[in-house]
Amino acid sequence: MTLPLYGTALLSSGFHGEKARSVVRLRPVECSDERHTSDFALVKTPEDVQRALECNWRSVFAVSDSSIVSLAPKAFEGRFIAVPPKYDYLGNGDVLGFDHSSRKFRTLFRRNSVHNSFLVTERCNNYCLMCSQPPKDVDDRWILNEIKESLPLIDSSTHALTFTGGETLSDWKDFIGVLKQCRDLLPATSLQVLTNGRAFANSQIVDAWKDISHPKLMAAIPVYAAVDHLHDYVVQAKGAFDETVLGILKLKDRGQRVEIRVVLHALTAPVIAETCRWIARNLPFVDHVALMGLENTGFAIANDVMLWMDPMDYREGLAKAVDHLAAAGVNVSVYNLPKCVLPRSVWPHALQSISDWKNAFVEECDRCDEKKSCSGFFTTGRPRFSRGIAAITSLGR
Amino acid sequence: MARFLAPEAFVAAAETLSLLPFNLERMGTSQYLVANMVGDFIRLTERELHRLIDLRLQPGDGLYEKAYAAHLITGTNQQAQRQLLALRLRSRMSFLRQITPLHIFVVTLRCEHSCPYCQVSRQSTDRSRFDMSDETAMRALDIAFSSPAARIKIEFQGGEPLLNLPLIRTIVKAAKARSGPADKVVDFVIASNLAMLNDEVLDFCKSNDVLLSTSLDGPADLHNENRPRPGANSHELAVAGIRRAKEVLGPDRIGALMTTTEASLDRVDDIIDQYLQLGLDGIFLRPLSPFGFALKTKQFQKYDAGKWLDFYERGLRRVLDINRQGKPFREFYAALILTRMLSDRPIGYVDLRSPAGAGLGALVYNYDGSVFASDEGRMLAETGDNAFRLGHVDHDSYKSLVLSDKLIDAISSSLTQCAPECSTCVYESHCGADPVYHHATQGDALGIKPLSAFCARQKGIMGLLLDILENSPEDAAILRRWAAS
Repeated sequence: MTLPLYGTALLSSGFHGEKARSVVRLRPVECSDERHTSDFALVKTPEDVQRALECNWRSVFAVSDSSIVSLAPKAFEGRFIAVPPKYDYLGNGDVLGFDHSSRKFRTLFRRNSVHNSFLVTERCNNYCLMCSQPPKDVDDRWILNEIKESLPLIDSSTHALTFTGGETLSDWKDFIGVLKQCRDLLPATSLQVLTNGRAFANSQIVDAWKDISHPKLMAAIPVYAAVDHLHDYVVQAKGAFDETVLGILKLKDRGQRVEIRVVLHALTAPVIAETCRWIARNLPFVDHVALMGLENTGFAIANDVMLWMDPMDYREGLAKAVDHLAAAGVNVSVYNLPKCVLPRSVWPHALQSISDWKNAFVEECDRCDEKKSCSGFFTTGRPRFSRGIAAITSLGR
Repeated sequence: MARFLAPEAFVAAAETLSLLPFNLERMGTSQYLVANMVGDFIRLTERELHRLIDLRLQPGDGLYEKAYAAHLITGTNQQAQRQLLALRLRSRMSFLRQITPLHIFVVTLRCEHSCPYCQVSRQSTDRSRFDMSDETAMRALDIAFSSPAARIKIEFQGGEPLLNLPLIRTIVKAAKARSGPADKVVDFVIASNLAMLNDEVLDFCKSNDVLLSTSLDGPADLHNENRPRPGANSHELAVAGIRRAKEVLGPDRIGALMTTTEASLDRVDDIIDQYLQLGLDGIFLRPLSPFGFALKTKQFQKYDAGKWLDFYERGLRRVLDINRQGKPFREFYAALILTRMLSDRPIGYVDLRSPAGAGLGALVYNYDGSVFASDEGRMLAETGDNAFRLGHVDHDSYKSLVLSDKLIDAISSSLTQCAPECSTCVYESHCGADPVYHHATQGDALGIKPLSAFCARQKGIMGLLLDILENSPEDAAILRRWAAS
């Protein structure tokens, strides 16, 4: 099942003034807690409402059916937001962005999840054939402001945060400002920034990146082939390969951490062994290589005919690819592919990579011995399943 | 969705392509071995080669992809292809950052062995004549500590260096005292036949972290024939010494080297078995020394190289067999060349680099204070040829030795990067300049490479390794492991 991360509030009240949006952090209904101006008491039952009143909460966020919703705004003078029960997963420490006039909200941070990511922008200078987050050419700079407002609300013991897009470096100065804020507020948190890396062909931007000096900052950059035209075609941008590779070199030249990501589909998977042989020989100093099964959503659905390739048909090339990288001492992982479609030699590299909110298994998996250590499947978009899906049991396979 | 562009939109026009530098060699009727600037190999047919050179290639035709991934072509306006080559070349050549890391001290010329292939040792009890003096040793140490390398290795040689253990003690003590203030790490190794190994020596090695390196030419009959000494027990003493040293110092604190003589050529399996029996983790199949045999007649050399290559191939295949049977065991020369062929890690091995390792990789301080650019250079001097005698510890400094005309001439005239035959050789990236060898055999630091046994051996070994890598998957996996660490 896919967790709903955005939606529209049933109603809201008490939002006045110039701001069009607010950042909301959910807190338990308790009297003693120190309260930040963004903190809202999270209420789910009539008893919670009562307690919120007793504790003098001025900001309340209700996850409930209409019974509370009808009663609450009258009881509160301050700010009030109510969302339907399907958002019941929300809990203490979670952070949301809320648009006052449309009442639309997005869950920005879930404290109990290890898969938190911030969308930085929807703009991108690539237009990848399989993009799961199709770019939009809109002025969405407000998103960066929302992130800036959110960061101080995030639990500083958070293990990892991902920044994604769009191209995260579209407004590179502002975005690097955000990363500096992370350095100050979240120095122990691993930061992963998904970027096409082209901006790093510009030395000024790499220098600014280096100056962030966050100890756990990693740029995750896609390289789809060892050859320029194939990469450029996949990302639909002429000259992208040259800029991306140059960007990786400049980052590593300055001692920055880099992950290379290769999404596997009918254009990249048939040559994955060659691509990884090339990476092993030319870029063995990258910190990690992730070979990723395709998430069949966004543009990948529109280009399904061109992109779909059953992993069973590239498993041998994938095994060679992993072998090339591992032999060269490169740290390599395989993401998003269930163990039953992978050769055993690849298993030690296969990770449970799919974010919790969009991860599931199929019925066949119930009798599989490996389910607990398997990636499972995406629930997003229009999932496609390999013909190789079959339970792995001590008897069979 | 019409917004997506077709593959053709990302295809470069031929006129915007440029060739990058590469070397090639014809390998058969219409087969070429091609190496890019950093020595990655691909094979092309003659037709493909001509299309490449004429830039008659197009994305999607297979040749474009092969040539692009191998850095043989670039988009004229692209930077990444050239930057990748530059970066990799910089990494490969970065051994040059550690200048003169090896310092060889010939603490005595005396030896109780009388090996026919040794040009330098003396059977003598005359200490005053053939031992290095304390004063000379301290001057040599001054020079060693003036070399720019942050980590230096002091190797004690002879003769048999254990015949002058008191001086070794003095030098180690003095070097240790200097290493802190000079901010240098110093390693020590004694190259000994182990005949004189005793508890005193082992205690000294253990408490001072001194490595031992010895000679082991093979089984007893072969070893003793090569290495005569009173009692004809050289092999017995070496084997006992290796066992004892492994026990006291640890298995990784003793290494053994073999010298191939004519008598070795049919015995490679026996030689390897001897190393296996002693629990050593590999063997270095070294060529015949040019200073014993090849000097005598130039005609002998080529024949020599062919015979030696047969020996080497049989040995390498035996070593691969051993690995296939589950026992990890390396041939160290192959491991060295494979590291060059399969990675960009800097390899500054003194006998296989360009600029040559003479002086820049090592300096040799002879017992009498004269300083040589290499160990072979000192051997030449014993036969009256002072071409690689750079100076004397009494009159020279590190700078005057390394900047001497003799050394600069030898190194600059032997660079493989611009030498005839070498600069266009498909194996150039993985080879080295050996001015001392070529001077010794041809009277010229550069040498005529088609006449060079060094060249024939190098090409032979690299061709053999490539053949195994390409055609024998199981052996190739073993070879790749040697290159990985």
